[in-house]
Amino acid sequence: MQERLKQKALELLENGTADRILGWKIGEFFYDLTPAVFKTRQEIQEEFVYSPFAGANLSKYLIAESRKGGKVAVFLKPCDSYSFTQLLKEHRIWRENVYVVGVQCGGMCDMEKLRAKGCEGVLSVGEDGENIVVETLYGTNVFPRAELLEDRCITCKSKKVVTFDELIGEQGTELESDRFSQVAQLEAMTSQERFAFWQKELSRCIRCNACRNVCPACSCEKCVFDNPGSGVRNKAAADSFEESLFHIIRAFHVTGRCTDCGECSRVCPQNIPLHLLNRKMIKDMNELYGTYQAGADPDTKPPLTDFTLDDEEPSIVHTRGGQ
Amino acid sequence: MKKIAISKLNDLFSAISKEKVLYIPADDGANQARFTPWQEGLTLTDKLNTVRSAKDLFFPQVENLVNFKNSGKAIQIIENRTEPQPFVLFGVRACDCRSFDILDRVFLSDPVDTFYKTRREQGVVITLACNRPTETCFCGVFGIDGADPQGDVTCWMDEAALYWRANTEKGEALTAALPMLTDCAEEAIDPIAAKIRSILSKLPLNDLDLTGFNRDRMMELFNSPQWEDLSQSCLGCGTCTFVCPTCQCYDVQDFDDGQQVRRFRCWDSCMFSDFTMMAHGTNRPTQKERFRQRFMHKLSYFPNNNDGIFGCVGCGRCLQKCPIHMHIVKVAKALKEDLK
Repeated sequence: MQERLKQKALELLENGTADRILGWKIGEFFYDLTPAVFKTRQEIQEEFVYSPFAGANLSKYLIAESRKGGKVAVFLKPCDSYSFTQLLKEHRIWRENVYVVGVQCGGMCDMEKLRAKGCEGVLSVGEDGENIVVETLYGTNVFPRAELLEDRCITCKSKKVVTFDELIGEQGTELESDRFSQVAQLEAMTSQERFAFWQKELSRCIRCNACRNVCPACSCEKCVFDNPGSGVRNKAAADSFEESLFHIIRAFHVTGRCTDCGECSRVCPQNIPLHLLNRKMIKDMNELYGTYQAGADPDTKPPLTDFTLDDEEPSIVHTRGGQ
Repeated sequence: MKKIAISKLNDLFSAISKEKVLYIPADDGANQARFTPWQEGLTLTDKLNTVRSAKDLFFPQVENLVNFKNSGKAIQIIENRTEPQPFVLFGVRACDCRSFDILDRVFLSDPVDTFYKTRREQGVVITLACNRPTETCFCGVFGIDGADPQGDVTCWMDEAALYWRANTEKGEALTAALPMLTDCAEEAIDPIAAKIRSILSKLPLNDLDLTGFNRDRMMELFNSPQWEDLSQSCLGCGTCTFVCPTCQCYDVQDFDDGQQVRRFRCWDSCMFSDFTMMAHGTNRPTQKERFRQRFMHKLSYFPNNNDGIFGCVGCGRCLQKCPIHMHIVKVAKALKEDLK
């Protein structure tokens, strides 16, 4: 797959379709890839990588990249293409300056899971059928790929590339996914249990803002939490749980626009399952207003901006077990 | 040299915690370790290191400084400082232990930061040699020895025992209060140290060469055209800064709660857009300048002002945690090209 992408990148650069390519750049190790813009044949040949560790969603970079003039070609995995389409819908990306190559994805691997298996000192990785073979300073380890998949990939919602100019490989389809099962488990808890769950998770937050900064739905020019004049900058929390407000406000703000790409949880240095907050909102929206998937197409109006007289008027207090 | 059987570790922790508050690196249920106050039942993590560094214990993320109350033209100053209790920090790795030397240079030079100083005085640091260094470790580049870390006490572990060597007066005093430690030969740790060194010698980042990052070349590095590319995909989050054991920048802010003004300080990050924002409103304008500041500080400004000591200890946290994996090793290697 990597070779096909490299060839495509070279072709697009050389036939003038694009003057630069947005992709993933090789790191010190097999897993520390960095999103990068490639401008020359040599850079692509020596540094372009597409591997099970190319998890980074490139679509948000296109907000800035598409405004720089010229034409940028980008490789988008299926879930990235939902973010891209949602950003188009929000008029955040200048479509005419972007050439999209859709690429299939077999699910991305999670280094945290590898480390959780006690696999340290990793030097190289290989694929052997459905197994991932890892060479380490302490010997060779073999793991089924499925055991190393990121959580968001285990519950993959779609292999369909929503928006593209061309595809590498077959077009995929939307999948039956049980991605809401964990949300349902949280809903089944008592409010005290649920509070304890989130308190435990969110009290680890160090407010690095990685979740917000990576989020394609968080594309405000200046976040209210970065604005010293807003009165809510909140650089320090009053207690270990005050950060919860930041995350809950953020979840509300991206409701109806969050495509469930899962980048928030991928980048969290404290392993907080932030995507569950967003999934809860998606699940509620589905139940109240009918199934809706943000980024699934460029035209459908999102439920929160599409008022009808028949709309539900949910009351959390009276219908969700509150007193 | 002293030792105690691994099966008696709990007794050791229990005895230490009778003397002072004891912190050990323990699993937090989220596939990671953090320094946690010891209580009966808490066990040492198997993880190599904590996600948040040991600096937290000396330089916490948020700290109250003082409160004020205005009445008419008078300002009343309300001291709300709480003196830290004596504590023991067990299981500090060699890299984090060196980070204290770096933080000392910042906080203990004139004007002395008394909040930090008190914690340093109250804290006893017990280090633990690194049995399983990982690929992101590069402390050796800075002359740090993972097989023989510094600290008030240095410990080594094998399957059978924990070995204990007091290095300072503080360490000796603590040792004297722990009769369950029994004498053993100095050589007892040799096989453990030898095993660790054989792994350390094979670490993939050993080839990182930081020679030449000196004062004469500072402007050359500052003006490198490479900053544009290096910083291009930086998200501007504070992950690298907040997990870093040597990052020491903080902001001082006032919070008016209607009754009084609470002055506190909190960690800040040069990666943030509002870092060092003042009335002029013209702090570093783009992520390129912010990104450059962080790496120039660690690789050039800090060593230039501190006898050549880099502002990095090679703990590898930023290598593992940067969301886009643009870390100090990549930056240093790229800049090295400019120096050729």
